[in-house]
Amino acid sequence: MSAPLNHTPLFDLHVDCGAKFAPFAGFEMPVQFPTGILKEHTQTRNAAGLFDVSHMGQLRIFGSGAAAWLETLVPGDLTGLEPGRMRYTQFTNDSGGILDDLMVTRFDDHLFLVINAACKTADLEHLNAALPRELTIDVLDDRALIALQGPTAAAVLARHANDGVATMPFMSSALCAVKGVACVVSRCGYTGEDGYEISVPADRAIELAELLLVEEGVGLVGLGARDSLRLEAGLCLYGQDIDSSTTPVEAGLVWSIGKRRRRDGGFPGDAVIQRQIKDGTARKRVGIQALGRAPARARAKIIDPAGDELGEITSGGFGPTVGGPVAMGYAPRDSAAVDTLVQVVVRGKPLPAKIVKLPFTPQRYFRG
Amino acid sequence: MSGLKFSEDHEWIEVDGDTATVGITDYAQEQLGDVVFVDLPALGTELAVGDDVAVVESVKAASEIFAPLSGEIIEVNEDLEADPSKVNESAESNGWFFKMTIEDPSELDGLMDRDAYNAFIAKL
Repeated sequence: MSAPLNHTPLFDLHVDCGAKFAPFAGFEMPVQFPTGILKEHTQTRNAAGLFDVSHMGQLRIFGSGAAAWLETLVPGDLTGLEPGRMRYTQFTNDSGGILDDLMVTRFDDHLFLVINAACKTADLEHLNAALPRELTIDVLDDRALIALQGPTAAAVLARHANDGVATMPFMSSALCAVKGVACVVSRCGYTGEDGYEISVPADRAIELAELLLVEEGVGLVGLGARDSLRLEAGLCLYGQDIDSSTTPVEAGLVWSIGKRRRRDGGFPGDAVIQRQIKDGTARKRVGIQALGRAPARARAKIIDPAGDELGEITSGGFGPTVGGPVAMGYAPRDSAAVDTLVQVVVRGKPLPAKIVKLPFTPQRYFRG
Repeated sequence: MSGLKFSEDHEWIEVDGDTATVGITDYAQEQLGDVVFVDLPALGTELAVGDDVAVVESVKAASEIFAPLSGEIIEVNEDLEADPSKVNESAESNGWFFKMTIEDPSELDGLMDRDAYNAFIAKL
């Protein structure tokens, strides 16, 4: 029944480094390396972690008016982006639900998109179905994507690329040679730390990864720690924390919708989203901290002290930097205030927990 | 030495008279990865073979531990509460989970010795 798993261009490197693999979105991906998830997580917070995120989709949209056109599918402000700047946004459906979340970078003659691996096929159909004749989509199947994340990422990358990389602001992107390899270097990531995502030709990916891995303090990190890092940083995982039944407003992503777009709409589900921004939503995404040691994981029920169901945990586990359980999920508006006492049901037992502010660990992006 | 017995659920069982100490094997901790929490049973819990008795949580997932024997819980390793990483560091000694009475010694016959367990995991 299941199709053979795809391998990223870094697969052989993962094998050589002793990765434990698991299927993820059609790819055989490293979950952890012999160092283990805890140390990989801590290394990224304290020094630098190198992540293979090549399973994600990379594509370019060429043609004049590409930004204005893509705005008809997402609520993010793209025409207001300066060339070389990027935005986090979402594909929405007619009820304001999220079809995928993505990064869009504006370059002089094209837009560069990074989309979720599991949504690649659906996103491309969605884009192609609406694509005007004057625009073309170029799917970058021949590129790997390497994330270098952590407080020493900038110093490490600057040793192999031009010094500009150290001072480029968060959410900017540039064509850049890294040791002679033509890359698209973006200052962004999904760990809450400063860092980069480097789009590199597939056949040079291992060489580039090895170049960075020999640097002091840089280690390979698998999907296990990627998940605990993004959860502590309060970042949504598509398919868990957000999906077609949640809107950007419920998910606390209104910050990603520019002023002009909030006012003028012009994207799928705009009426729903505009009304929710004005009137609030019945439920919203919240941080949840169990007060004991037992982690509550995805799909655990959140109940009130009387035992009535409030909602569900959408992502949860152990936060290595926090040193205890961390979770997020959805709660009704009147139970969503910070410090509200709730319970989470773990293996049939209600455990005390409270609503907390997200993120669990401070985001440390480089603002210049 | 190696008087330890092993279950197919990757538990080790050390028999001392009519009680047994139970933990998970080094192979199991290796598979689980970093252990961050162990949910241990209450003292006095009565168990039949195969009952859910404990849960070990690693960063990535929760795994059930099943009773390898029938009996009653008489002691749990409280050190694991403060330092669950003991399970990774010394799974087959300081990382023990609980002690229980042995209700039916004939159940021990269904367990493996070290050689049989090593052969069992070699095939996994």
